[in-house]
Amino acid sequence: MKIKKALCCLLICLAISWLFAGCGPKDSENTLTVLNYGKYLDPDAIEMFEEETGIKVELEEYVTPENMYTKYRAGAIDYDLICTSDYMVEKLIQEGEVLELDYSNIPLSENLDSTYFEFSKSFDPENKYAIPYFFGTVGILYNKDMVDESKVNSWNILWDQEYSGQIIMADSVRDSFMVALKLLGCSLNTTDDAQLKEAQDLLLKQKPLVYSYLVDEAQDEMISENAAMAVVYSGEAGYALEFNDKLAFSVPEEGSNMWIDSWFIPKSARHKENAEKFLNFLCREDISMMNFDYVYYATPNQKTRKALDLDLQENTTIFPPTETLNNCEVLKPLDDETTMKLNLLWKEVKAAD
Amino acid sequence: MVKKSAERIYLALIFLFLYLPIAVLIILSFNNSKTRVQWGGFTLKWYKNLFSSGSIMEAFGTTLLISLTSALIATVLGTLAALGIDAMKKRNQAIMVGATNIPLLNADIVTGISMMLLFVRFTRLGMGTVLIAHITFNIPYVILNVLPKLKQSSRTTYEAALDLGATPVYAFFKIIWPQIRPGVFSGFLMAMTMSLDDFSVTYFTKGAGIHTLSTMIYTEMRKGIRPEMYALSTLLFLLALILLLFMNFGPSARREERDA
Repeated sequence: MKIKKALCCLLICLAISWLFAGCGPKDSENTLTVLNYGKYLDPDAIEMFEEETGIKVELEEYVTPENMYTKYRAGAIDYDLICTSDYMVEKLIQEGEVLELDYSNIPLSENLDSTYFEFSKSFDPENKYAIPYFFGTVGILYNKDMVDESKVNSWNILWDQEYSGQIIMADSVRDSFMVALKLLGCSLNTTDDAQLKEAQDLLLKQKPLVYSYLVDEAQDEMISENAAMAVVYSGEAGYALEFNDKLAFSVPEEGSNMWIDSWFIPKSARHKENAEKFLNFLCREDISMMNFDYVYYATPNQKTRKALDLDLQENTTIFPPTETLNNCEVLKPLDDETTMKLNLLWKEVKAAD
Repeated sequence: MVKKSAERIYLALIFLFLYLPIAVLIILSFNNSKTRVQWGGFTLKWYKNLFSSGSIMEAFGTTLLISLTSALIATVLGTLAALGIDAMKKRNQAIMVGATNIPLLNADIVTGISMMLLFVRFTRLGMGTVLIAHITFNIPYVILNVLPKLKQSSRTTYEAALDLGATPVYAFFKIIWPQIRPGVFSGFLMAMTMSLDDFSVTYFTKGAGIHTLSTMIYTEMRKGIRPEMYALSTLLFLLALILLLFMNFGPSARREERDA
């Protein structure tokens, strides 16, 4: 009994000391707080950075850009460096939440292909704020045995009666409207009521042919050959191709969406120098290679790309050619009114019989 | 006869729907292919990777540390609270029980956000804030488990012990404690399970760089969950199973049966 009591007391003391050990403020430490998508950075690279510089990295992860926005805006944690998608970077720049980068502290940014800085100008006009990390497009992942390959160069195939019940459409407002708007020859950032309505009509017309509206599960359905084609991101397509030789990927000629995930330093940063050191580190060839292997999306780092196997370099699924990209548009943040309107139109599509 | 077999089928269906998902998870943890829709042959490599992955083991350690510590502290505080509530007048008791039940019924996300807003005001988010939050939502579960046991226990024996010269502390450990021990124990287990399970509250109150299993799995959703997680979940399931078997058929369970 006595021993038990003593043990109990000891445990409680320990527990309480733990509790307070975690509480103290630790501002002055040499740290770096990074906010990134989940599984979007090789953990080994972070370890290397910590060893080389002595800076302690605290990594936070999130799922969607909207998720990130809430987390950042809550202000509970002071982030030093954030990676997110194009339109969210633009939104934060517009809100004055982004600090200018000092490129003299990031000399290795030279490793990045200037083409992608050009593309970044659509959301960061002077390339003052953001450094591209990974990029890609949206296209059609299809099964070569089930689909006539001469037709996949147009979004029109998603409206082909022949493939009724075998089409997987993107379960996200912007991506599905992008497909319809591009087929109509409109900009995917249009705010014009008539164009949006026309796009909705197209999506309604397509609905009877659709097997399912999916996001991440689309690749699994395609690998197990449950559907003939799916609207997916190029990164996911590259992953699916690894598992099934019959699959192929195409970005239709009408154009598509190009996405660029980029790094930026938010206003909340307390360790701007460390953040720039980390950005420089990420641009280093070996580190960028590690991250490419880990994430398997297209990297804007030309040195890394040149070091890859030739067939991987030429893999147009992972690395969309510049001609394709020139045909693509980057998403822009929509004003609140258009967002509401678009969400309503999409809800009507999803609810229709 | 027909009724009997209908009953059996109904029961079988219920168990099928309850356990099929777990069975699928266990099977996938032995799958040699990274995608969940292809069977690539039997392998144990995910189990091997699991134990060599620093980030998963760290998250697992954090999860265990938080759930054990928070359950322990909540058990102590909750038991003391239950003793206090039990000694109150009827009306006050009803008020207190109602007050402790509110956090129980409150949506996790509300608890999480309100805690975050409070913490941000006074301190930086870190391990400590997660721990405090977990203790807070664990206490009602302990009270809920201990209070009925206290109601069942006889107060007169305790008073008799005092009359015969026992100190209150001595009398408590000799008389009350043996009677409420099963309640305290199940309160502790329940608090630990709740803490292990929790996502929303942890997500909002944790500081940068701190991961529990639930928050880690959540952020992996965009790029697909690593098969190592299936392996870990399988192990956790087995652990829970063994614990349950032990509680129901172990030595202490048999003793209690005999006592009853």
